[in-house]
This record gives sequence, C-alpha cells and structure tokens, in this order.
Amino acid sequence: MIDLLYFAWVRERIGLPREGVETDAATVADLVAELRAREERYALAFADLSALRVALDQELSEFDAPLAGVREVAFFPPMTGG
Amino acid sequence: MRIAVQPAAFDPSAEAGLFAAGVSGAGALVTFTGLVRDLSGRLSAMEIEHYPGMTERAIRAIAEEAAARWQLIDVLVIHRHGRLAPGEPIMMVATAAAHRAEAFAAAEFLMDYLKSRAPFWKKEVTADGAEWVAAKDEDEAALWRW
Repeated sequence: MIDLLYFAWVRERIGLPREGVETDAATVADLVAELRAREERYALAFADLSALRVALDQELSEFDAPLAGVREVAFFPPMTGG
Repeated sequence: MRIAVQPAAFDPSAEAGLFAAGVSGAGALVTFTGLVRDLSGRLSAMEIEHYPGMTERAIRAIAEEAAARWQLIDVLVIHRHGRLAPGEPIMMVATAAAHRAEAFAAAEFLMDYLKSRAPFWKKEVTADGAEWVAAKDEDEAALWRW
C-alpha cells in the first residue's frame, strides 16, 4: 500500500487530499498512467506532467523514478513559497 | 538554527531581536521579511497550503546548505501557512555571519530556494473568487546563479 498525497489544484481537481492505493507500478510515470485511466478527474489532474512536481517520501523526485520501497508519493504544482 | 512553520502571526522586529540576542561573534546580521502583497488593491486574503513534514525537512536542508556554504553563525527561518491578510508578514529569514557579504548572500540564497523548493502553495482570494498563484519562470531561473 502506497499513500498518495495531493496538494493545491491537484487536490482540488481530484477532490481528495490523500488516499491509499495498491499498485504494482514500477515507476512514478507508471503510477500516473494507472491513475489517469481510473476516472476523468484523475486524467484532468495529470493531463500535463510538465505542470506537476512529485515527491517520494517527502523528497523531490522525478517522474521516471522507481517506486520500490516508497511509502508516500505526493503530487503538486510548482511551489510558490517565500 | 531555528525553523518554524506555523499558522500563527509573528512579530518580525521581536524575532530579529531574539535572534540577535542569541548570536555571539557575528559581524553581520541580515533579516528579510516577506509580506502579503496586494498589487491590485483587491486582495481579501492569501491562503497558504503546505505539506506538513516535508516542509520542515525541505527548509532545514536549505538552511543547512546555506549555513555550510557561507559559514553562518546562526540562521532563522519562519514561514506561515493558513489564511493571511494583505500586509501581514508571511515569512522571515535571518542570517548571522562574520561579514556582511556572507550574511547577505546566504539570505538571498535562502529566499530563492524557499520560493521554489519548499512545498508551499499560495492562493489569492478576491471578491471575484480564489486563484492559485502560478510559479514564475524567473523564480526557477534564480536558482541557477547558486
């Protein structure tokens, strides 16, 4: 089981702040493909990966990164702190 | 080193005083306070979302890198989240170093990295609705100089 977390407009489009998924996806991109295939709201949220960032276990990562051993995956738009 | 991620308001001058009182041997202190900007005059609030857990880790990593790179004597980062009113302080950084060049450079580095590497997202609320603030290309470009 992997925890998925969504922030900002990704959270709003999907309509959830977090959920648990069972997946055999090897990489983040594979997981995204599974999510997109689920429902329209996921397809909309993940339509343009260049507008998204991903963190694996709270460290910024890349969409081609492997998921082996990862417990928490977060998707969000580019950050706007400061 | 103190990192605070909090919904509560803070007093920048009181924090600067506390920071200064806790530092010894520094030749330079630099403080920067970021405020909720209202360029249009229509902003009713700024809502700041963050990623609890990752936020503190990311800020600490950025602050540790700054401390090592510019041999800082101390560093402070405060960043708020939640609903803020126009003009309120959002965040503050303070750096203490032997010389001003290091203190200024480290403060700028902290600001550049907090903008695009700490997991915060700003939403502007006006009478017409609410809109997520888009990240700017120049914020990403600002990281290249470091």
